Amino acid sequence: MKSTIAQRAETLSHQGFHRITVPRTSIHALLGAVAQLKKPLTALDARVFQIAFLATLLTFGVLLRDFSLHWQQMALTFAAGLTAQAWWVRHLALQNIGLLSALITCFGLSILLRADSLWVHPLCAALVMSAKFTLRWRGKHLFNPANLGVIIAISLLPGTWISPGQWGNDLAAAILFIALGSVVTQRARRVDTSWIFLGTFLALVALRLWWIEVPPARVASLVLHQLQNGALLLFTFFMISDPMTTPNHTGARVFHAVTVAVLAWAWQMLLYKPAGPVWALFLLVPLVPLLDHLFAGAKHVWSDASAPVKTDAMLSNPPPLRAELSQN
Amino acid sequence: MPASALIRKLAALSLLLSAAAPAVAFCGFYVGKADASLFNEASKVVMVRDGDRTTINMLNDYQGDLKEFALVVPVPEVLKKEQVRTPYKALFDRLDAYSAPRLAEYFDPDPCTPRSAEMRMQMAPAAAAIGKAMSRDDSARKLGVTIEAEYTVGSYDIVILGAKESDGLETWLTQSGYRIPQGASKALAPYIRQGMKFFVAKVNLAEQAKSGSNFLSPLAFSFKSEKFMLPIRLGMVNAKGPQDLVVWMLTPKGRVETTNYRTVKLPADIDIPAYIKTDSKQDFAAFYKTMFQTQAAREQYRVVFTEYFWDMSWCDPCAANPLSAQELRNLGVDWIKAEGGDGNTASANSARRAFRGDPDARPVMVTRLHLRYTPETFPEDLMFHETGDRQNYQTRYVLRHAAKVAPNACPAAPAYLAQVNVRKEKEARTLASLTGWDIGQVRNSYGITRREPDGWQRLFNIAP
Repeated sequence: MKSTIAQRAETLSHQGFHRITVPRTSIHALLGAVAQLKKPLTALDARVFQIAFLATLLTFGVLLRDFSLHWQQMALTFAAGLTAQAWWVRHLALQNIGLLSALITCFGLSILLRADSLWVHPLCAALVMSAKFTLRWRGKHLFNPANLGVIIAISLLPGTWISPGQWGNDLAAAILFIALGSVVTQRARRVDTSWIFLGTFLALVALRLWWIEVPPARVASLVLHQLQNGALLLFTFFMISDPMTTPNHTGARVFHAVTVAVLAWAWQMLLYKPAGPVWALFLLVPLVPLLDHLFAGAKHVWSDASAPVKTDAMLSNPPPLRAELSQN
Repeated sequence: MPASALIRKLAALSLLLSAAAPAVAFCGFYVGKADASLFNEASKVVMVRDGDRTTINMLNDYQGDLKEFALVVPVPEVLKKEQVRTPYKALFDRLDAYSAPRLAEYFDPDPCTPRSAEMRMQMAPAAAAIGKAMSRDDSARKLGVTIEAEYTVGSYDIVILGAKESDGLETWLTQSGYRIPQGASKALAPYIRQGMKFFVAKVNLAEQAKSGSNFLSPLAFSFKSEKFMLPIRLGMVNAKGPQDLVVWMLTPKGRVETTNYRTVKLPADIDIPAYIKTDSKQDFAAFYKTMFQTQAAREQYRVVFTEYFWDMSWCDPCAANPLSAQELRNLGVDWIKAEGGDGNTASANSARRAFRGDPDARPVMVTRLHLRYTPETFPEDLMFHETGDRQNYQTRYVLRHAAKVAPNACPAAPAYLAQVNVRKEKEARTLASLTGWDIGQVRNSYGITRREPDGWQRLFNIAP
């Protein structure tokens, strides 16, 4: 059941108002999100969970993990990211595109990216939101926005860095990550990607340790040390699991996850460079459209059929407005 | 305070602090011959990194007989003689003093004569709580050990070894007269499998005698490698209890942090009770040592602490002058130009002048990292990366001396004194929480007299 306000908003959209008035589009989306929150928990968009979890992680990180992140950077990230999303939604006259994805990206950037100035975060947020609407292939955006933002920043912008070690190796935090991540990935039906990536990566780590003749007892403690790395778990459950930027076909997705794990491992263990997973996901972006081309599969749809905020899926090929609304 | 008195005081304080510097272990391990005590507690490393070029300067406080001393460090390539140097120990002291945790002192203006408000500041440099001849070739070949290079640098005889098997290497070292710690073979194996070489140094007693010094000079070597790491695991073979390591990173871009452990900043820029300056037991050195231990234990010896990060061309306030361009070059910083004159006399602004002279000159950023680690909490060697962070940071603690003013001196006095009392209580609590010292004792030392809390204050645990 949706609230009267949400219905009212939809009626307005139905009447064509959404095409002319800016705020209404975003108001519509926000109202949609609010309406969703009133539904039973089971029917919620997976992204609502994701936002809640990312917010929890960010709070945890800032308060307990000595993140060098200023509140101004966060505020500017959200302001720029949400504005960019709203602008593109209006510019392309899209319907039923909410702000949920933009919120997730802004959380992701705040959690991952560090800068010693105030302008980097909003610039990246605006750029990657724009990239989501422009760099597309067959109805899917190519880059995971937070991933792209981090790469743009650390390779092109001064005074930026990411801190892969900063989550520490506390077991409790690791369990928290896995627990939170599992819920999100399961709801997004992409749990396979996360576990396959993590399994492959850790197996390679263990294999290398065995190969360089580290005593077995220490292999266990070193693999555990890797498993407890907050940054790795964050990547596993909140970045590579993004259903919009992974292949549609299940087999292809497995292949993609394995490839990312191998490259991430090689990046760190053979080339001795930091942040392997983030770079691997970025470098293997071309693989996704290729795999989608070779193996047909159903594109992910964020929420169930009854949900009002549909998906970015309609971007390339929006369904007739009337039909879409009549479902609700 | 007259300048001479100030200098005397500072000198006294810095002496005291140096003496109080706790024992700190090493990235390689020491192997001694016979029964020399393998005393390996303090280690300091200056690492210079620009792209894939790395220079590692190592200083240790080996206490035993010099004849018994030897050092084994895994290195990524065969080092030629010109890649190895013995820098002056003074360079470490200079860098230590420049980046040391510092105490700043302020004097409250007299509340009764606000116009003549005067603020003075003094610096107390805290010396960082921290701080053969045999048919060897044949024998080596049989054991799968290759002597890749052999030379004498300064007072050290250096051998670079390649090895196929850790057992062979262990046997060779044993046959050559080194006493290998238990478990050395297992610790050596992973480095051999990664194709690393071993830098083995021992003291050339004749050269050492010529130098006239009883102390070992630091050792430095330069190489090219993508690996930005320090092999600390070998040093844990003969470790007892937590060990300390201070690493200074000299880089051109920004702050350095570890990628496989958390790097955190120590609580800093904090007001602490003014009695810290003069107290016989709870002085600044004791405060810093205890505070560091408390923080390290609180983090369960799982983190690397940042103690200082600054652009080397200046400081504010300065615990000691920045290193000169020549001093930096001696440590292996090759991206700045040397200046004329004696390279070992430090001039306050010479590094800065070097940068000014050349618009393309890249700065030298110094990151001071300090870790207290155990074999369990640091299972991997330290891996680093240089971030783009250029926000200066220092472990600076502030003393605020209250103005001496009678309660009836002027109308502003009572309010001022009340405010001072609130401030002192807060400082006392901060000190007690940072160090774990007894709050009652801190209050006593600081001359805080307290009313007994009344009912509701007790209920809400509020100080009167």
